[in-house]
Amino acid sequence: MDFVNQLQRKFIDYSSSLHREGIVDDQFTQLRKLEDENSPHFVMEVASLFFEDCEKLINNMAIALEQKQGVDFKQIDECIHQLKGSSSSIGAMRVKNACIAFRSFSDAQNREGCLRCLQQLSHEYSLLKNKLQTLFLLEQQIVAAGGSIPRVH
Amino acid sequence: MDSCNCIEPQWPPDDLLMKYQYISDFFIALAYFSIPLELIYFVKKSAVFPYRWVLVQFGAFIVLCGATHLINLWTFTMHTRTVAMVMTTAKVFTAVVSCATALMLVHIIPDLLSVKTRELFLKNKAAELDREMGLIRTQEETGRHVRMLTHEIRSTLDRHTILKTTLVELGRTLALEECALWMPTRTGLELQLSYTLRQQNPVGYTVPIHLPVINQVFSSSHAVKISPKCPVARIRPAGKYMPGEVVAVRVPLLHLSNFQINDWPELSTKRYALMVLMLPSDSARQWHAHELELVEVVADQVAVALSHAAILEESMRARDLLMEQNVALDLARREAETAIRARNDFLAVMNHEMRTPMHAIIALSSLLQETELTPEQRLMVETILKSSNLLSTLINDVLDLSRLEDGSLQLDLGTFNLFAVFREVLNLIKPIASVKKLHVSLNLAPDLPEYAIGDEKRLMQTILNVVGNAVKFSKEGSISITAFVAKSELLRDSQTPEFFPVPSDNHFYLRVQVKDSGVGISPQDIPKLFTKFAQTQSTATRNSGGSGLGLAICKRFVNLMEGHIWIESEGLGKGCTAIFMVKLGIPERLNEPKLPFMPKVPTNHGPTAFPGLKVLVMDENGVSRMVTKGLLVHLGCDVTMVSSREECLRVVSHEHKVVFMDVCVPGMDGYEVAIRINEKFTKRHERPIIVALTGNTDKVTKENCMRVGMDGIILKPVSLDKMRSVLSDLLEHRVLFEAI
Repeated sequence: MDFVNQLQRKFIDYSSSLHREGIVDDQFTQLRKLEDENSPHFVMEVASLFFEDCEKLINNMAIALEQKQGVDFKQIDECIHQLKGSSSSIGAMRVKNACIAFRSFSDAQNREGCLRCLQQLSHEYSLLKNKLQTLFLLEQQIVAAGGSIPRVH
Repeated sequence: MDSCNCIEPQWPPDDLLMKYQYISDFFIALAYFSIPLELIYFVKKSAVFPYRWVLVQFGAFIVLCGATHLINLWTFTMHTRTVAMVMTTAKVFTAVVSCATALMLVHIIPDLLSVKTRELFLKNKAAELDREMGLIRTQEETGRHVRMLTHEIRSTLDRHTILKTTLVELGRTLALEECALWMPTRTGLELQLSYTLRQQNPVGYTVPIHLPVINQVFSSSHAVKISPKCPVARIRPAGKYMPGEVVAVRVPLLHLSNFQINDWPELSTKRYALMVLMLPSDSARQWHAHELELVEVVADQVAVALSHAAILEESMRARDLLMEQNVALDLARREAETAIRARNDFLAVMNHEMRTPMHAIIALSSLLQETELTPEQRLMVETILKSSNLLSTLINDVLDLSRLEDGSLQLDLGTFNLFAVFREVLNLIKPIASVKKLHVSLNLAPDLPEYAIGDEKRLMQTILNVVGNAVKFSKEGSISITAFVAKSELLRDSQTPEFFPVPSDNHFYLRVQVKDSGVGISPQDIPKLFTKFAQTQSTATRNSGGSGLGLAICKRFVNLMEGHIWIESEGLGKGCTAIFMVKLGIPERLNEPKLPFMPKVPTNHGPTAFPGLKVLVMDENGVSRMVTKGLLVHLGCDVTMVSSREECLRVVSHEHKVVFMDVCVPGMDGYEVAIRINEKFTKRHERPIIVALTGNTDKVTKENCMRVGMDGIILKPVSLDKMRSVLSDLLEHRVLFEAI
């Protein structure tokens, strides 16, 4: 039990730190609320879908920015829009903010700025992915140890 | 001696005498014969001679006389009887003819004389006609000159050219030595030499305007001869020349206003210019009447041409001014539009960006309150909550006000419980009032209907604001709130003559009076009360805070509700009464249980609030779609997901009660789906409720959604509670029109 408590406390701390650092926001909390007996892994499913989406979009944007003939800013714009929508749905605040910044460079058709933003975006995304994966691992450990996942407000 | 019948000479014939008589007779006879010859010759030569037969007669007379004298030649010496016979015959004939001629001449000579008279008469006539023709020719010349001059003058509208041309043409026509134009100066006291013919750039000689000679010229409309020595004529170098005659004429300077007068502006112009014309010196030429006439006519024409030029200048100037103003106005308008656009953009962004963190703060603080806290922490959290509520209200106020001014605010009409509104206000105000030891009383008239149709939220906001002000500005005493139905006699208030409420069957006017016993307001501050951000300077207000927006917003709400709000106060320290009247509708069935007044807190219906509710979710974004599905599944709905418009149209059926449509993507496609769905389901009760999920709720998006027939808008991201309350609202009323 002590071990479970420890894990649970660790989970709470980690979760709070995510919120504090702004990696996730209120929306993420809302998503957690949707987890119940019928869909216990809801957040994880949404997160993996998001990771797939995000990687694909980042890839597309990288390719588009590499084009020597001329960068298709319209396509980039669409990708950013998608990514912004996804990230705000899942509550990935820093990714969303990075998208907003990216958008302004893409509107200005500034290739250098876009490249920099893309880097920033990838960085934020990897950070998010790492943190969330750690969180999910903690969850699994708690469940494996027989405990229940604490509600973080 | 031969016998002769002739008379014996009484004296012996003298030879010398005889000889002379003989010669004389001979010459006489010669003359007598040659005269008719001459006559015949010259008459033949002349074309006209009316009395030829007289001539014959005369000729005969002369010839016979000549013959007589000739025959006489033979009678000096002895002559025979034949000669005597011939002589006698000749003499007899001569006598006859001469008598006949004499008689004839009596008739003829007067005629001949009269011919001469007629000739003289005709000659005189001819001379006269000549003279007249000379005159006419001169006049016609003058006319031609005038026409030409006028044409030259009037062919330009440039004042300078007009005057210059006038001088040149006059100089040419009349062969003048010098021609000058003196214009009155601005002050009107002097005449300044403006244009001359010979000198190119006249230096500004000036002459005072009230010289007698000038007055004389100005007072007559004719050209007046003036002395070459007067100052206006002394513009050529004086010297050895004997100056030619000088004539001056006035040129009226007409103003625009002169043309309204019927008679030609002789009487009304006050300003004249002076035209001075000088004949060449040493030429002994004189000014003739027709030349003077010419000058007068030209002067008049010049006046007209100048006035035309002046009018044109005036209108050109006005037009330029208008164009400038136009440009400036256009610029101002564009700037204003830019400013408005900038403000709207700002509002659109701030609308969402400001509210979201505010809500987060408020929500989290309220949640924090629910947890276990030490008293210190609780105090801190309460302060945070209060401050954030204030801030949120302020933000909402500012945004509301901007929307109100924008004209984009519309009332949310609905049936609501009027009594409950007042009760709620009372509940809200009671705590503060009791702290300040103010007594608050509510008095609702018995004929006030319990339910009314109007914008409940804003009515409450207004009442709350007014009552709040009453409480704020009263340090002690009591506050009384009275509400009643305004009767028609009372509807016209002397304070508000421009407000004419017209009650009708479906509406009534609610009149609310809030009387307080507070600090009161001085009469000069009353008009400022309703202007935003204006605050009265008394210390009381400074301490009570408030942004000065409240009353301004109330006024606008009241105006939207077709009412009127005003404040009466007898002065500082005498308290004040705030009164407003608004138009509310009377619901048809007063016992309709619709919409009991509920505070807008989402009630906890439990996790499966909507079992089996068939819902369709359309969203292109996978993650977003999944989240929305998760939300709805959590609430117990049966969710169908589609990721494209075509799929949506294919799948939608009357079984689906609600369709959630993501319209985040810029473009009209999402709206098109709504239109198609509307078309597909003709009966309203079969049609699913269409709700738009969007990232911004600016005016444009809202308008678009309303236009295509959507029933509501939800702002993303959607929390669980929000989704729950939205669904319950929707299913109850079938219409929501905005959930933030």
